[in-house]
Amino acid sequence: MSSNEAATIGLTHGGSEDTGLGHRGPESKSIVVPYGFWLFVLSDMILFSTLFATYASTAGATDGGPTSIELFDRTLVAIETIALLLSSFVCGLAMIAAKRGNMTWTQVWLLITGVLGFIFLSIELYEFASMIAEGAPPQRSAFLSSFFTLVGCHGAHVTAGLLWLGTMMAQIWAKGFQPHILRRLLCFSVFWHALDIIWVAIFTIVYLIGTLP
Amino acid sequence: MTEHDPEKRNVPPGAPHDNMLTETISYVIGLGLALLLTGISFWVASTSVLWGPGVAVGLVVLAIAQMGVHLVFFLHITTGPDNTNNVLALAFGVLIVFLVMIGTIWIMAHLHANMGPSPEMMNLHTQRG
Repeated sequence: MSSNEAATIGLTHGGSEDTGLGHRGPESKSIVVPYGFWLFVLSDMILFSTLFATYASTAGATDGGPTSIELFDRTLVAIETIALLLSSFVCGLAMIAAKRGNMTWTQVWLLITGVLGFIFLSIELYEFASMIAEGAPPQRSAFLSSFFTLVGCHGAHVTAGLLWLGTMMAQIWAKGFQPHILRRLLCFSVFWHALDIIWVAIFTIVYLIGTLP
Repeated sequence: MTEHDPEKRNVPPGAPHDNMLTETISYVIGLGLALLLTGISFWVASTSVLWGPGVAVGLVVLAIAQMGVHLVFFLHITTGPDNTNNVLALAFGVLIVFLVMIGTIWIMAHLHANMGPSPEMMNLHTQRG
């Protein structure tokens, strides 16, 4: 390979020293940090895939206890789905406002994001509480153990996301739109959108396919 | 990404656009498509018009379509050259997710079919034991 060719595909930086990182060196923090966080989010999805696989394997193992058709309420799930989807959308609007440095709208949209996330979480906790009251706690059957693990793990992520969201609102308020604050906000939005993607899989596999006649 | 800035070799996932209008439109289109697909999913699951055994497969297809909508319109994953790293990482993640899920379901279904003792066998076993 000629040196000219190597420079074209970015193996050298045009001079004599080859950094192996292209002729401009490594990417800036504003690229590397969200990319690393993207890798975390993807590995989180792999974690959820193992929980989905467990659920799919044990969905029929009800041990004579309550089954998914008896337990799940599609109306509640529809409300949860809409709340989380709107939350994800409003989070996007907050990102648009944050890029333009608009404090008021960023805080307003982030607050709405949090309220919708809280509505989602409240409905989920209500569902868990009523299932346990109906005699369907996690220890009742393998189906219920895997159900509470899968949906509860998603709920735990949403809870962590809400805490993160509150922290971000406080940091933006106190420190303004500095580059590292915006970087954290971008990571948060990636996390929040990813939670909605996982919820799409949960409401389809657990709630809709689980309650087919 | 509409801009072709040679200095911008990579963009992070979910990076905001420079143009406010196109970005807002992107989120609105994403929300509309996601609501539509969610609505179709709930309708497909509750109607009796469709052929029963195909409903579950249809629901999975709708879910995958909706995940695609979220990736493109909310996380701004594109096919552009500045997104190559994001797409490659995503492709690897999707590969592992499918291997884990399909592999587990496949193996466990066979295990269940081949090794699950019927009630008669259980009785026989306890009698001889």
